[in-house]
Amino acid sequence: MKARILGVAAAVSVIAAAAVGLLVVPADLNQGDAQRIMYIHVGSAWVAYLSFGVTAVAGVLWLWRRDPRFDAVALAGAEIGVLFTAFAIWGGMMWGKPVWGVYWQWEDPRLTTTALLLALYVGYLLLRRMTDDPARRATRAAVVGLVAAVDIPIVHFSVIWWRGLHQTATIGSPDRILNPAAPLVFVSALVSMALALSLAWGYLMVRRYQLARLEWQREESARMGRIVAARAPGAAGQVAP
Amino acid sequence: MNGVRAEARIALAIAGKDALSELRGRHAAVSTLFFAALVLLLFGFALGPDSRRLAEAAPGLLWLAIVFAGLLAVGRLHLVETEDDALEQLALYPIERRAIYAGKALAGSAVMLVLGGVLLPTVAILYGIDLAPAVLPLLATLLLGTVGFAAVGTFYAGLTVRMRAREVMLPLLMLPIVAPLLLAAVQATGAALAGDPFGELGSWLQLLAVFDVVMAIAGAATYGFLLED
Repeated sequence: MKARILGVAAAVSVIAAAAVGLLVVPADLNQGDAQRIMYIHVGSAWVAYLSFGVTAVAGVLWLWRRDPRFDAVALAGAEIGVLFTAFAIWGGMMWGKPVWGVYWQWEDPRLTTTALLLALYVGYLLLRRMTDDPARRATRAAVVGLVAAVDIPIVHFSVIWWRGLHQTATIGSPDRILNPAAPLVFVSALVSMALALSLAWGYLMVRRYQLARLEWQREESARMGRIVAARAPGAAGQVAP
Repeated sequence: MNGVRAEARIALAIAGKDALSELRGRHAAVSTLFFAALVLLLFGFALGPDSRRLAEAAPGLLWLAIVFAGLLAVGRLHLVETEDDALEQLALYPIERRAIYAGKALAGSAVMLVLGGVLLPTVAILYGIDLAPAVLPLLATLLLGTVGFAAVGTFYAGLTVRMRAREVMLPLLMLPIVAPLLLAAVQATGAALAGDPFGELGSWLQLLAVFDVVMAIAGAATYGFLLED
């Protein structure tokens, strides 16, 4: 019931923040209406990074305490993180085409890092699909999430150096919108969308967590059912070695 | 201190065993080498016949060949352990799991170093590059790059060896992780071949070294969890 209230609050605030970003705030002087994409793009990216952070921490907690609830949190974080990462990249490309002239800008370290991030966590989700035993799956996922989290800073540094050491053409910094000189309306649209998306993120996390718990229980009860059936009289010949 | 020495001895014993089995089962190692050389040849078909363009792209092509062949090499070092449940036996020994990891990573590094040592002159011949003035920096790059690849590859091979669709999962999980290694190794190789005009070679080698150390620590710390199940 509480989750439903959170869901309604999230929906209302996303709609309200979208209205602010689309109707209240004027179009950007240089970038025109395309700049409005930034409001949702930055919010999505923030929520995506938050998700992967949660996944890494939950994975470590699983390795430490072996509590299936932590694995459910890790799964929820990875899945929702992939969703918002894909959304952030898509929004960035839609923005990049009119402003930069290309969908994909190799010299932007954030774009390349985020693309690798997406690949890492799509792999994480596939890995979970490839392992049937719940505890084994949780352990494998946790160590992979940990190694991925360690790798991301190195990826980011290497891509920054790649551009920096090369001294190629410098493109205007893509989001100057967060600098203090930006008019307050722009900043407020950005912040309100980030807050609204955080609410939506919280709602999705809660729901995905609940679903993951149910899935885990179903797997467990199916296994218990098999054990009970195997132990039943008359089934002695079918006991698995 | 004694414990560290004992672990190092175990690691060396495992690495020695793997090296021996690679030497005795020569056809597998040779096929990997041949595959890598074939990749280089195919890159020539894809980008040639303009030799200037091939020479320009050579550092990237060399490292892609090393990465592709390396995937096969590190995968095989774990695959042989699944025969007769050898990996389970290894996990049952009362030794530190990180020593097993270190041994496997060491063997992987050695195999890949040989691989790279053969591919480097192959690139020079096929793409028309003069290696002579840059031998030392090239060898340093090769060493740091292959050690880092083996550090990551040993972890992921151990992860995927008993998994469904292992052949797809190993590259799928591992390639995004080694992306910074590929980037730094290609840049270092390019800088070395060009005589390091901008003085960036050292920075890329440092990045490779940091990658190696971080990934070796992460692999050694988590490898034990993979053997548990």
